Amino acid sequence: MAEPRLAAASGAQGVRVNLNRTPTARSRFETGVKIALMAAAALSVLTTLLIVGSLLFESIEFFGEVPIGDFLFGTKWTPQFAGAQQSFGVLPLIWGTIYLSIIGLIVAIPLGLLSAIYLSEYAPNRVRKVVKPVLELLAGVPTIVFGYFALTFFSPTVLNDLLGIGVGVFNGLGAGIIMGLLVLPTIASVAEDAMSAVPYSLREGAFGLGASKLQVSLRIVFPAALSGIVAALILGASRAIGETVLVLIAGGQTPNLGLDPRESFQTMAAYIAAQARGDIPAGSIEYLTIFAVGFTLFFLTLLLNIVSIRLVRKYRQVYE
Amino acid sequence: MTGAQIAAAARNQRTAIPQRSSGEATRSAGFVLLMYTAVGVAFLGLGAIIWDFASDGVPVLSWDFLTSFPSRVIPANSGIESAIVGTLYLMAICAVLVIPLGVMTAIYLEEYADSERWFNRTIEVNIQNLAGVPSVVYGILGLAFIVRGPLSMGPVLLAGGITLALLVLPVVIIVSREAIRAVPPSIREGSLALGATQWQTIWKQVLPGSIAGIATGVILALSRAIGETAPLLVVGAGVSLRFNPESIDSAFTALPIQIFAWTQDPNQEFVARAAGAICVLMIILLLMNSIAIWLRNRYEQKW
Repeated sequence: MAEPRLAAASGAQGVRVNLNRTPTARSRFETGVKIALMAAAALSVLTTLLIVGSLLFESIEFFGEVPIGDFLFGTKWTPQFAGAQQSFGVLPLIWGTIYLSIIGLIVAIPLGLLSAIYLSEYAPNRVRKVVKPVLELLAGVPTIVFGYFALTFFSPTVLNDLLGIGVGVFNGLGAGIIMGLLVLPTIASVAEDAMSAVPYSLREGAFGLGASKLQVSLRIVFPAALSGIVAALILGASRAIGETVLVLIAGGQTPNLGLDPRESFQTMAAYIAAQARGDIPAGSIEYLTIFAVGFTLFFLTLLLNIVSIRLVRKYRQVYE
Repeated sequence: MTGAQIAAAARNQRTAIPQRSSGEATRSAGFVLLMYTAVGVAFLGLGAIIWDFASDGVPVLSWDFLTSFPSRVIPANSGIESAIVGTLYLMAICAVLVIPLGVMTAIYLEEYADSERWFNRTIEVNIQNLAGVPSVVYGILGLAFIVRGPLSMGPVLLAGGITLALLVLPVVIIVSREAIRAVPPSIREGSLALGATQWQTIWKQVLPGSIAGIATGVILALSRAIGETAPLLVVGAGVSLRFNPESIDSAFTALPIQIFAWTQDPNQEFVARAAGAICVLMIILLLMNSIAIWLRNRYEQKW
């Protein structure tokens, strides 16, 4: 590499040096490394293709036997029954998923956003150093532990004994509220990142005009970080929709289109986990339901994720 | 206007500035109270969760509990040896697969890829999307492609390990990229200027400089993997196995699966065993997190 550049430097103006050299052992090695790394990176794309492929393939087979209209708009989900009782209306599962997520988000959104504003705008460094690890710890607790907590303590002791709400052993209310606790750290951390990314000059400008800290937080920083905050909420919703074991343990396994949160509900993810556990023969209609429901779930979360990624990119572009 | 006049005008003006209303002060105090409540609920929630499983589970813990196999009949003789061994094996398989793949992908995206090209952008968007796919969907992938279908391994240890590795791969990639990005460009430029090739620069400068960050991320990703229940349920991990997995193609169980099985049991003594197993799982996770924090503090490069 050294000789041609030297030649170019010492040579007269306008002299062209041919830098294309025949590949040496070293340059061939470098190319090989690059190709190997690229192959590893491509594997992640392959994973996506495999996910979509596995869902699509068996779902098509499922829709060969069950009309897609019956699946999407039917109100009874009873794949385990035989004969005329068998029905593949996915609406109760979709409703269970959305209803429990709504309960969770009603808890998580105010708590998560307030925590985020506190961490980003109010908390002294000393306090931040305690609060952030605690939220990270909460985020690191396996979801099955949340499920155990909802089943053995929150529903029977807090909801029934303390508040006298009269919930069943498996119920949507307990599972939903604890889901909120599970989603809270996600919302808090993404929203805090968004608010911390707001440049300091905006705050100083507002303070200079005599705004109070509350006004700066809510009327300057919050709107300025709005796209990131919405992304945080969507990410939280997507986590809640995909959550499995917590709902499986504490929410029960009854497909339910009702509104009473004290009853048992089944979500799409919980159905998949409950159904795949049994020794159902491959190719049977019960086996295929896993994929049809999985596809619906995947599609829903993918939609939310794409929107949230777009929004995060938007606020990054504005302030970085 | 002279300077003195301006100053005088300003002095007169100052009295005209309205004081903040007392309503504003009340609102501020109320908001601060709300924020304290929010953070307090998070603290309280975590505390209650820990207190709940610890108070149920600690009485169960004993050497026998750790070293006996689960029994379906007698709670008192029921332990978690096969679950602990299964979880450790799963973690090892997951690490072997995910570390090279994740770090290689991260190096490619940070050091080689031109982010303007559609191919590289596809990979980036794809990884972000994969990170948001629900874990139970990875279970379906494992069931359809690894346990049955093309690979047809059956519900064995390797199938569970691969499924978990695919699940946490995006996390490892994202964290490794951040660690690699934190190495300043000047280090690379210095190395290249001394005649090192790009790979030599990466191998001798960039990777040593980012290894602490990468290791921290890998440990956190692995601790996520061993806490996962749903994908293993779908893949078909065994419940209450009375033997340890002997090789990568033998049946297996894991701590979350055993916990799940015991919480489903109508017998309260078995439910207490679930709490005991949660204690063990949480201790393992806490240990891993402590190692990660220690690594970060001990080896983090300050540039």
